[in-house]
Amino acid sequence: MLVNYENILSDVVQQMKPSGIRRFFDLAATMDDVISLGVGEPDFSTPWSIRKEAIDVLEKRKIVYTANAGLSQLRAEVANYLEKKIHVKYDSEHEIVITVGGSEAIDIAIRGVVNRGDEVLIVEPCFVCYAPIVQMAGGVPVPIATKEENKFKLKAEELREKITDKTKLLVLPFPNNPTGAIMTREDLEEIAEVLRDTNIMVLSDEIYSEMTYGRKHCSITELEGMQERTILVNGFSKAFAMTGWRLGYLCAPEPVAKQLVKIHQYIIMSSPTVSQYAAIVALKECEHDVERMVKEYNIRRRYLVEAFNRIGMTCFSPEGAFYVFPSIQCTGMSSEEFCETLLEEERVAVVPGNAFGESGEGFVRVSYAYSLRHLMEAVSRITRFLEKHGGIHE
Amino acid sequence: MNELLHLLKTNARLTNAQLADMLGKTEQEIADEIRALEAKGVIRGYTAIINEELAKNTEVEALIELRVTPKRDCGFDDIAKTIMMYDEVETVSLMSGMYDLALTVKGESLKEVAMFVSQRLSAMEGVLATATHFVLKRYKEKGILIEEEDYDERSMICP
Repeated sequence: MLVNYENILSDVVQQMKPSGIRRFFDLAATMDDVISLGVGEPDFSTPWSIRKEAIDVLEKRKIVYTANAGLSQLRAEVANYLEKKIHVKYDSEHEIVITVGGSEAIDIAIRGVVNRGDEVLIVEPCFVCYAPIVQMAGGVPVPIATKEENKFKLKAEELREKITDKTKLLVLPFPNNPTGAIMTREDLEEIAEVLRDTNIMVLSDEIYSEMTYGRKHCSITELEGMQERTILVNGFSKAFAMTGWRLGYLCAPEPVAKQLVKIHQYIIMSSPTVSQYAAIVALKECEHDVERMVKEYNIRRRYLVEAFNRIGMTCFSPEGAFYVFPSIQCTGMSSEEFCETLLEEERVAVVPGNAFGESGEGFVRVSYAYSLRHLMEAVSRITRFLEKHGGIHE
Repeated sequence: MNELLHLLKTNARLTNAQLADMLGKTEQEIADEIRALEAKGVIRGYTAIINEELAKNTEVEALIELRVTPKRDCGFDDIAKTIMMYDEVETVSLMSGMYDLALTVKGESLKEVAMFVSQRLSAMEGVLATATHFVLKRYKEKGILIEEEDYDERSMICP
């Protein structure tokens, strides 16, 4: 008898939408000479001192499990780092969990707080994982669309409109992938004001916190009364160019962290040991490497913003992450149409904005985690494309 | 370092318009800044980084260590200035450590370089000793990999 897989597989998983960029990815993979601006990870190599530490650890240590919550020295360094960067104190023994990338931190944070039927507010456009995880946890994702006219920041009234008595959690992803938007202290203060009287928790995904341009990152945990209602997620992938090391962390008030670490313990046991040792070096010794990379990103960011605005793909000047999010309105195409045609005609891959939520329609995400030489070639191809498709009127 | 200099060091062929975009300035400002840097002598020249093997350049290059006796009043400057007058000499640096001056010298053949060292440099007044090391292969120059393509291991698209 043939197996009826539909009956075997879980309803939730079957109903989950495949990632919007998959089809596009497959298409790009069939072509030669594609110049990609489609990647969400740094182009830099992990700084050598971090890699050297990992090599030494492999040579000298037994690579065994660590404490569930992570090496206590690493948690202490995370606490130091956060105190230095955002002036917020966490008890490294009870409030910090080292996770498998920021991704696991997001997963266990959502699973740890959502009951069946709870609503989770998700600020969009955003990274693709939040809604599916909420669905797996039995919750209901409720998107809050941000707008270009507000530089894709979350506004208090947009938040207030979506809050119901079922709202459990707000996912606040800033600096934002894909828009590059940031929230300043004043922007966050408005949001905090709405949340203070409620029992809503915040999942603040600050994975791009080191990548801000012109001003320092502000965490919502810095605001009065907010640390106690926030699960802070961060990691090593973006700041230290360590995506493949799979290491992140979450910080939460002790009663929350105590429960979340149980999930981590059952599904993961402990995060990769070699990566944890290497991450200690990242936090202690690599501030200059981070500065060097951010400086480089900034040069590329300015270059792309100017270039896109010049060719008619209007684009607000993003202050964070490593993406620009230009409008493609001038071509009259949908995001997916634009990306497919651009790929077919000029062999340049960018990601359709709607892959990050419906409110991303009409935009594309362009990553500048690429060398200037690469970016310049891509810009000249996109310019040619726009000349042909009605973007440039001169 | 000054961001403009940093960019020019990685690619001196960037146009003023491109530099202006990258640095958030106007083309005019960039032109003025570069002119000023050239006038002050901060920028001494622009050059290309070449894979000599692919360019089929058969010249040989050597690093030469020199131990010299410093002169009273002018120290090493005097002898360094004399040495750099030779066209064969590409770079001259004053070093800390076991020897005093480091030179790079280019010539058509090993013999030509060796003869230059023995006849010109060793014979110079104040030169106590020389050591010649021929360059067999250059891997990286001014931060740029000479042979390897920088291969992007990342997947083409990821969220």
